Amino acid sequence: MGKKITLTIDDRQVTAFEGEKLLWVALENDIYIPHLCAIKEEERPSASCRLCFVEVEGFSHPVTACTQEVYAGMIVKTRSPRVDRLVKSAFELLLSDHRLECAKCPKNRSCELQKIAKERKLKLRLTRLKPLEKEYAIDESMGSFVFDPSRCVLCGRCVYVDHQEVEVGAIGFTHRGLQRKVTTFGGGLLADSPCTGCGRCVEVCPVGALFFTDKAG
Amino acid sequence: MKVITAVERYTELKTKAQEKVNSLQDKPLVRIGTATCGLAAGALQVKETFEEEIKNKGLDVRIQEVGCMGHCYAEPLAIISKPGFPSFCYGKVDEGLAKLLVDSFLENDDPCYEYAMVALEPNDIFPTFTDFPRDAYEKKIILEHCGFIDPGDIEHYIAHEGYAALAKALEEMKPEEIISEMTASGLRGRGGAGFPVGKKWSLCKDTPDEVKYIICNADEGDPGAFMDRNVLESNPHQVIEGMLISAYTVGAEKGYIYIRNEYPLAIQRIETALEQAREIGLLGDSIFGSPFNFDLEIFEGSGAFVCGEESALVSSMEGKMGIPQARPPYMAVSGFRGRPTVLNNVKTFAYVPTIIRKGADYFKSVGTSDSSGTAVFTLVGKVANTGLVEVPMGTTLRQLIFDIGEGIPAEKEFKAVQIGGPSGGCLPETKLDIPIDFDSLAEAGAIMGSGGLVVLDEDDCMVAIARYFLEFTQQESCGKCTFCRLGTKHMLDILTRITQGKGEMADLEILQELAEDIKMGSLCNLGKTAPNPILTTLRYFRDEYEAHILEGRCPACMCKDLILYYIVPEKCSKLCNVCVGSCPVEAIYTREDGLKAIDQEKCVKCDNCLKTCPPEHDAVIKLSPPVLPED
Repeated sequence: MGKKITLTIDDRQVTAFEGEKLLWVALENDIYIPHLCAIKEEERPSASCRLCFVEVEGFSHPVTACTQEVYAGMIVKTRSPRVDRLVKSAFELLLSDHRLECAKCPKNRSCELQKIAKERKLKLRLTRLKPLEKEYAIDESMGSFVFDPSRCVLCGRCVYVDHQEVEVGAIGFTHRGLQRKVTTFGGGLLADSPCTGCGRCVEVCPVGALFFTDKAG
Repeated sequence: MKVITAVERYTELKTKAQEKVNSLQDKPLVRIGTATCGLAAGALQVKETFEEEIKNKGLDVRIQEVGCMGHCYAEPLAIISKPGFPSFCYGKVDEGLAKLLVDSFLENDDPCYEYAMVALEPNDIFPTFTDFPRDAYEKKIILEHCGFIDPGDIEHYIAHEGYAALAKALEEMKPEEIISEMTASGLRGRGGAGFPVGKKWSLCKDTPDEVKYIICNADEGDPGAFMDRNVLESNPHQVIEGMLISAYTVGAEKGYIYIRNEYPLAIQRIETALEQAREIGLLGDSIFGSPFNFDLEIFEGSGAFVCGEESALVSSMEGKMGIPQARPPYMAVSGFRGRPTVLNNVKTFAYVPTIIRKGADYFKSVGTSDSSGTAVFTLVGKVANTGLVEVPMGTTLRQLIFDIGEGIPAEKEFKAVQIGGPSGGCLPETKLDIPIDFDSLAEAGAIMGSGGLVVLDEDDCMVAIARYFLEFTQQESCGKCTFCRLGTKHMLDILTRITQGKGEMADLEILQELAEDIKMGSLCNLGKTAPNPILTTLRYFRDEYEAHILEGRCPACMCKDLILYYIVPEKCSKLCNVCVGSCPVEAIYTREDGLKAIDQEKCVKCDNCLKTCPPEHDAVIKLSPPVLPED
């Protein structure tokens, strides 16, 4: 770990170690930055959700906090008209591809999308865009949990724990472009895959794409 | 014992090569352009005819395959050199002309001036390339030998100073000196982004590692762009030499040419070139007797457009999905297999030998202060002379389209030029006088890109064109990041609605906002540049968008939902039936008065009737908005 440095986030002085990523420094200091795909342990962030934009003084345009390393004397603003606009658009784009039925969703009130909407005062409905049709089959084969791909935001947290933490390799990203999704190898049911049912992927899912059937379990 | 230096070894090679090439001049030589453009136009059949006729007549003539000289509009091309005559180049050669040329010129002494396009050497009888209007603007650095030398024979390249730069670099220059030379030349990467080459190489050289890599990006994928293919098909050694010099500079021993497998001929020619270079010790261990070792391999891409993006390219080489990664770290620090990697475009490497041989000052003397050297463009679309051109940076778009390309065919009006491929922008007539360089184009909303240039005329609808390019990028999006995956889809849906006449004015605001956000927020350059066709058409052709939305009218009569076909009774002839036969759905009927009319219910708007109606009647027209005139 690098040496200890001081930086300023939203007019607050915070200390961190050189080389740490800005997103985690901010979150550890209770400064909220919206994020879905970031995984602290991941050496090279995927930077795919495009929600953690911030302004860094001296930079010509907003940068993603998950990829930006902190440095001594860095001055960061987590909000600006440009940042707010990017977050609003990225958020609405994600919603347009997410089955929006919060009342029926098991993650209602514990959903990261709801948290982002609340923190940034964003609407949980589409204002400019039309919903994209996405009808994927729901996988209930595991019994203890359910995978509903039409709620998936492609953050990749489940894939990360499956590959790097429990090292099972039951799921991964497949297909390209608009068809990109998380599936088992060959696209079959989870029950027919190497999945051990450990449930780690369900624990890290920020939305209602993966959820336990028995809430107590 | 006397040490043989690299330059001495090279001189020996060159003397031998020149003797061989000179000896080719002792008898008649037919050179046939067989790059992909020539093959597509029928060059192989032409070659076979030449071979057959020459054999039948028992003539002693050599036949040689060469690459593309850039005059793609005139393919197949043949150059005939016969002692006692200047070399003549013939365009649009077919089997008949090939027979005639063997008969008249090779057997007898009539060069058939009426079919000759140009003479290669200065002479008193026939015009040469310097008499072409485009010659005043063209400046060939990397295309100089393309189309004239045999890409399948390394000695042809060596005879024309090929590998002299490598010998010079190995013997006389330290890696630092090469980097200062590259920096001083001002060469910027020709893959599109224009990153200074000296800076990239220097970063890679200064990153300590035992293993480093050189990768040539030949994953050319823009619709209408084929300059990398032509360079590799016509003069592959030039690129290999550039990679060798780069490897020596940064300290790499292994390199790859990443080329899409849809370029089989280019792959074949590189394979031959690599074999021949290995045979005479220009690849492998102790090159030119120096301690420098380097070898090259071909890596065939599988046709994903996004793999032209460097981090996606490297991912796919590592056996992962071809998906871009966030940067930094940069390639030059941590690239292929996590090692420092120099990744440059085909053309970038192709400039290197000339810069080392002739010096940075020579290269700097061509082009503009911030963009030195030349730019290679494929000139396609609604332009009279399609082909490959190389002009100094700073040439204007107007010179490129109207002087070199000789304007728009069929007396149509110029409307726009799409520059930089699907990631580029559409520039209107008012922007034609801006100089072509990295920064001026960016300012106007387009990009240099890889150099595809598509000319559009009055019959092209700008909304449909924007939609066409966006559809391409949307389908080629890897799907990793939110803005590109979902944003391009929403923009495409909006554009589709507008071309169907279902758009609303509010859509234009959403389109503009989304385009700006995708440009700012996407992870990689595919997403960051995908909105350019929309942003530029909204900026320069907003009236066309409004006509679609407010009037249900497509000004270019291109959007099928907004037009109908109509036979003007005053022009139609009772004595003619052509349109009836041409209609695939029997929508055209004969009225009681004998004139023809179209059943709009049945019409599928295939355009056949309009094309087949004889010009003396010219009775079929398109109407937009699709409303029939009242009787």
